[in-house]
This record gives sequence, C-alpha cells and structure tokens, in this order.
Amino acid sequence: MIKHLDSTTSAKIANALIDIRKEAGAATTGAVLTLVIETDERHHYYALRAAREASRAHPSRILVVIPHPEQPFSGLDAEVRVGDEMGPGEAVVMRLNGELAAHADAVVLPLLLPDTPVVTWWPAESPEDPAASALGKLAMRRITDASGTHQPIPVADRLRGYSPGDTDLAWTRCTPWRSMLAAALDQLPATVGSVKVTAEVDNASSTLLAVWLGWRLGVPVTLSTDTGPGITGVHMGTDKGEISLTRPDGMLAVLSMPEQPDRHVALKRRELADLLTEELRRLDVDETYEEVLRHVTEQDAAAIEKMQPTAPQKSTITVTAEPDKGPLGELPKESVEREQELQNLAIDEPLGQAGAKPDDKPSDKPADKAAAKPADGAP
Amino acid sequence: MSPLPKYPKPAVDKGHQGYQLSQAEKTLLSHELAPEGAANPLRDAADRRLPRIAGPCGLVMFGVTGDLSRKKLMPAIYDLANRGLLPPGFALVGFARRDWADQDFAEEVHLAVKEHARTPYREEVWRQLSEGFRFVSGEFGDKQAFMELKDTIDKLDAERGTNGNHAFYLSVPPKFFPGVVEQLHEVGLDQGPEGSWRRVIIEKPFGHDLASARELNAIVDSVFPPKSVFRIDHYLGKETVQNILALRFANEMFEPIWSRDHVDHVQITMAEDIGIGGRAGYYDGIGAARDVIQNHLLQLLALTAMEEPVSFDADAIAAEKTKVLSAIRLPDDLDTYTVRGQYASGWQGGEKVVGYLQEDGISPDSTTDTYAAVKLEVNTRRWAGVPFYLRTGKRLGRRVTEIAVVFKRSPFLPFTPTQTEELGQNALVIRVQPDEGVTVRFGSKVPGTSMEVRDVNMDFAYGEAFTESSPEAYERLILDVLLGDAPLFPRVAEVELGWEVLDPIEEYWDEHGKPEQYTSGTWGPAKADEMLAKDGRSWRRP
Repeated sequence: MIKHLDSTTSAKIANALIDIRKEAGAATTGAVLTLVIETDERHHYYALRAAREASRAHPSRILVVIPHPEQPFSGLDAEVRVGDEMGPGEAVVMRLNGELAAHADAVVLPLLLPDTPVVTWWPAESPEDPAASALGKLAMRRITDASGTHQPIPVADRLRGYSPGDTDLAWTRCTPWRSMLAAALDQLPATVGSVKVTAEVDNASSTLLAVWLGWRLGVPVTLSTDTGPGITGVHMGTDKGEISLTRPDGMLAVLSMPEQPDRHVALKRRELADLLTEELRRLDVDETYEEVLRHVTEQDAAAIEKMQPTAPQKSTITVTAEPDKGPLGELPKESVEREQELQNLAIDEPLGQAGAKPDDKPSDKPADKAAAKPADGAP
Repeated sequence: MSPLPKYPKPAVDKGHQGYQLSQAEKTLLSHELAPEGAANPLRDAADRRLPRIAGPCGLVMFGVTGDLSRKKLMPAIYDLANRGLLPPGFALVGFARRDWADQDFAEEVHLAVKEHARTPYREEVWRQLSEGFRFVSGEFGDKQAFMELKDTIDKLDAERGTNGNHAFYLSVPPKFFPGVVEQLHEVGLDQGPEGSWRRVIIEKPFGHDLASARELNAIVDSVFPPKSVFRIDHYLGKETVQNILALRFANEMFEPIWSRDHVDHVQITMAEDIGIGGRAGYYDGIGAARDVIQNHLLQLLALTAMEEPVSFDADAIAAEKTKVLSAIRLPDDLDTYTVRGQYASGWQGGEKVVGYLQEDGISPDSTTDTYAAVKLEVNTRRWAGVPFYLRTGKRLGRRVTEIAVVFKRSPFLPFTPTQTEELGQNALVIRVQPDEGVTVRFGSKVPGTSMEVRDVNMDFAYGEAFTESSPEAYERLILDVLLGDAPLFPRVAEVELGWEVLDPIEEYWDEHGKPEQYTSGTWGPAKADEMLAKDGRSWRRP
C-alpha cells in the first residue's frame, strides 16, 4: 500500500505507518533496525529497491530522505510504502523542500524505531565526515559507497572523516576476495614476499584490498590497472611459488597454486542488495576497515591517487599505470553501468526526476567539520 | 613469518559492541584453520567479515540414492558452495550400487539441487562445484569397488588438491556400517597421508538399545579414533536449538527463574502429521520412542536443563549435557507414566488416511509404537520435583516441535477468582520448527471497564529478527565436520545414556500390553491426557 502525504509532519507519517499496519491486521513490527538513506532523486529508487531486498534478511524501517533546497517553499512531502511490490517491511520516502532540507535530522528523529540500531546509508554522494553530518549523528553505523558517485572522496582522505562505525561498500566488495586469499594461505602456509593487485582504474576496492594485503603480509604491494571489470587479479609471490587468483570476466575466477591444479572459484560481482545485506549483518565497529584506512593514509597516499610509481618499501604500495589502457580519468565501469540502469529505471518510476543535479543535496561544508573526531587524533 | 607490524589502536567507542569473542573462537578464527599451527597472516580474530571456509577437502557419500541425500545433503552442499564456504577444489564422491558414470551422478545431484536448494541456482557456482564430482559404483562389502574408491580419492588429491583430507558420510542403514567401515580400513582409506585428516559421519539410529549401540560404536571406533567420528543429530544443527543456549546463557532475565523455584513442569513435543510413508522396513520394530525420544527429545531436554558450560567449546558443552543426562530418573510407575499408541485410520486435515496396522509392509499384529509419551525427572538441585513430559508421534494434529517451560502460578493474586478465571500459567515456549521463534505467555488486562485478566502471547519470530536467513541444519553440520568443529555433535556417552533411559521403558512395554489406538489427526491416545491429568496438569495444544 502506498499513501501520499503532502505538506505533512513526522507525527502524521508515524500515524500513517501505524494505521496501515492495523489495517493489514498486523499489530506489531518485526523490524530490527532503522535504515536511513540520504540521497537524491536520481539514486533513490535504486537505493530503496536494494534496501527493501536487504530487508528480507534484516527487517528494517527504511527512511529515504531527499533534500530539495532549491524549492521556494519549505515543507515535507512523504510517501509511505508498506507491503507494496518492492518487498517486505515499511518504507517512507520523504522530500524535504526549501529551508527544511537543512534539518533532515529533525524530520527523521521522531520516526526512528525505539531501542533498535540506526544505520545511515549514502548510496551516492556522502559527507566528508559522515558521523558529524545531520543524519550520520543519529546512527551507530554509517555506510558510504565510493563507487556510487563520479567523484568519491579519495580513499586516502577517508581517515580524516572516519569515526568508528563507518564503512564503505568498496570495502564490502573486497570480502569474497579476502576470504578466498585467506583460504589459499590456509591451504598453503607459505611466506609471501610480494603481492600484485590488478584492477580497473579508479577502483576504490582494489586500493583497499591492496593496502589490506600489504598491512597483513608486511610486504610491498604493486597495484596496476587494466580494463576491469572491478578487481581482475591478485598475484602473491611466495617462497613456495606463486599463488594467483584471477577473475577476468567478473564472474568465475581461477585459483592457481604451486604444485596444484588450477581450480575454478565462483567469485561473481555482487548486487547492491547483497552488499547491503552483508553490511547490516554486523552493527559493531569494523576494526579491520579502520586499520586499513590508517594504513592508506600512513603510506604515500599520493602514490595511489596520482598513480605514479614509487620505490618499494616495506608495507608500501607501488602503483604502476599501464598507459595504453585509456585515459586515467575514465569513469569506473561500474558507475557507467549503474548510470544506465538508473536511466532505465527512471522511465518506470514516476517519482524519479532523472537529471536532478547532484548538488541538489546540501553538502556538508568541510568548514563545519573542523571539530576533530576521536579517530583523527590517533597516529 | 616475521611478526606483523603493530600499530597503536585508536580509542574506539565500544559502546555498541556487546559481544566479545571467546578465547576458543579467537583460536578457531586465527589458527585452527591453518594446518600445522602456522598462523595465517590474513586471518585475524577482529576481522569478522571473513567467513570460516573449510580447508581443502572432499566428501565421500555412501548411499547417494537415498531420500536424505537427495533432499537434504546434496542441496546443503550446493548451498554451502553458493555461500562461498566450501574450499576451492572441493570434491564430492558418490558411492552406490548404481551403474553410473560421473556425469550421471552430476545429473542426479543437479536435479536434487534444482528442486531442493535453499539459495538461488547460479550457473557459475554449479560449474565450479560439479567439476569435483566423481562416482564409484559398487556393493558396500566389495573390496574391488573400494580399491576403485581409493584410486578415485588419490586422483582427486592430485587433480583437485584435496590434500588427502576426506570425510566419509555413511548415509546407509546401520547394518551396512560394519561392511563399509571394514572395507575402508582394508584398503587403507581410514588413514590419510601425514598431516591430513579422515573423518566419518554417521546418522541415527545409533543402535536400537544399549547393547547394539555399544556394538556399533565398537565397530566404528575400531577403525576411526573417537574425535574423528561425527554423529549427526540434525536437530542440533537448527538455529533455534542453538538459540536455546543463547537465550538461557546470554540473558539475565531467564536464568533466575529457570529452576524448580519457578518452573512447574516442562513439555517437549515433537509431532509429525505424516505417517511412516515408505519407511515400513525401517520403522516397524523401532517405533517412535527409539526413533525420536532416545536422541532428539533427550538432546532437547539436555539443552533445556543443563547447567551453564564453562565455555562454549565442544568438551565443556558435552560435559554439561552428559551430567544432566546421567541425572535423569524414570518414574517408578511405568504403567501410568509412560504411554504408547498407534495411529488408526482417520481424516487428517481433510484427507482420509489408513491406520498403522493397515500400512503396506506392516504386520496386522505389530506392537510398534507410533506415539510415545514419558514422564522423566532430573535429579539435580535445580530440577528436583519438576517433571519433564516428553511426547512424540506420527499422524498427530500438525507438524510441530517445541519446548514449553510452564511456570508455577503466582503464589498470591490480589484479584477475585472471577477476574482471573481466564488466566493460565505463564509459559515460555521455544518453537523449534516450523515458524521458529519464542513465545512468552502471560496475563494481561482485557480492555474495558472491568478488571479481567486473560492470557496473551508475545511472539518473537526468529525469521524476522535474526539477521541472516537461517541456514539448513545440514549445511551447518556438514561445514562443522569439514572444519573439524564438534560442539553440535552428540558424543558416544550421550548416545549410551539415552539408551540407558529408554531401555527399561522398552523392556516394560515388551512385557505389558500393547499400544493404544488413536485417531489420525488428533493429539494422541487418551491415556496420554490421563497421564498429565493425574498430576493435575494438561498438555499444551502446540
């Protein structure tokens, strides 16, 4: 059921949710968390669909906030969706017009489920310091997506705005790779001397994976680029020979180990809903992610971002760009695919305003971020 | 490997981090997966995203054509692969009397997976998995076939890198155990190369009485060391059953009332709505008590009644379960406090069904019980005087398994008897299947101008609140075997204690009377209701 409420208030939305539940005959909600999504018109349908899908594993109340500061009059328009075709759970899409756009927290706060965790997700642009932003403050977990936008905050700059509880879907995308590489070293307990990671250009996941490998193994890691999709391979030189995991097509990978036959490994690139489901499984601090960010920053971050080779040192990332692989400023393929999908969706989705400018949403000014986070003080 | 660089940790706000890993878990996560104790630098206890993936290994399945194998085991293996929990190069070898080639076997598994798997079918997962399928045709006592099996396994070690690690799943009737185990020993399959493991998985029934259970254990133990033998009780792999321990020992609000001070009695029910189906050969002569009470229900009783284990590892849990099982006392009056029945024909859920004695392959004078109920007591300080009523049966009202802890009535009620006429006893019900969850039953005021108190239910639906759709029990158990992780498997001592509880009852039944008939689709024979009525209690309608 979808109920439209124009020029409304949070209290009226809360009542509408209760009314719809009562009409359906279900008196209680089984939701275990509130998921707040802050995004723009272009991304909201795609994000909401993934969130509803993730709701099958993690029943949530989903609150989508779309700021429209360009509107002349301030006010709140909402659509309440319960038990519609998109999936289980309840969702509210809220458009915050005019001045109200800067006060999203005031709208969301009364709608949070009592005594359950709050997670905020920015599927596209995200604030530089998520935990200090209006909607980030309400949450114990904050999820950003470096691949969700054309100009993500560089991985090397993430630590500055990091607070415990933050993660990025670029890190989530690494999990199957990390898990398979760990399994490979379970199988062959060898001493790794060097690591090479290949991926398409501007792939935040490959940077995180490379830094994680460099940190855990204590060896230099070379990050080189090719045409993708995503991460295409990891080669580890060990005292017992080379271990490699390569995935040229984004689907099926091959694991090669010394003195062992090559083996196929299903390592498909995952859907947004799957990534979100993994994120919501653990609501505690991802200390490993935090440590990886720390290492990205400690190392010569410029080397990663500017993609210039540096001399290998212990636990240092070396990046070699292959010049014949197209312009370095090329969009990540994933973003392009997503862009196309969004455009397709916009046709079916009456509420989508394809073409809304990305700067529709109030960005958190870096100046507001002057207050240092606890994590900033650490080395 | 030089020690990893240590970096000072930032002051992390741990306010939301309620759960701390136990030492055993840390050890498991960081070390146990790596062979020969060399810590894998990519594994870290703090990195909780990395799933436990079994090391390189293969599974050899005897009895691949059986129902269990098609409906549960093969789909579970696919689901594990789909969730990325099987090692690369995992191999599955089928062994049966069919004249199949590897492709025929793969086709059979494919059908089973398509029909019964829990997770969506994905071609690339199937492709990766099916590369490791092999089939060996032969009789269970045929040395030639086992030589061939050995060749197949050796080849897999070379082709797929299973590194000599193999588990043998005996999904066959117990009468074939001696043959299979003996042949495995004969051709040397019970011993792998240095540094590898061999494990054997067996399914119930673990014998039909104490003597036969001991005999069976002796056969398996003669070839495999006890820690390599995994007895599957699939109930213990269910999320809800594992949740009993979480509910009891992770919370403050239940444990203080979990004793004779507040608990009036406990009812453990496992009801099936189906008859014996095509299992006449297996079921006749065994009966409900041996089939279900001896293993599943006593395990549920043990988990409900056991003391807190000192840690969550296999030894500590087994120690507590063994203690409580050894404290079980039978009632003196076995005639009143044990009941057995046989389903008679009736209309079950609108469908006409025949009685047990009319089933194909059942002798008309069979005395096998299809329903059994017993009253047990646990002689410990915590439980003295609290009866545990266990019941199981086929062709009952509906399919349900649950544990109901029924509390005593409030010692004083400041209400008039009419105001609390509809107030029953408080209860906490753990619904094991289906509709997994927990129900708490308590009194509440009926809205209106008068004061009236009535029972209401508060429901916790497991499927909704748990953050991962529950894996099938067999997935968890197969993965645990491949990981060598044993907390969820009953030990020999538990199996034998189960028979010590049941044997006197079966002996009494053999000498006295015969099972009472009950109409299919009802909740069992009248005598079972009388048994509780005698104690001033009644069965919950589950």
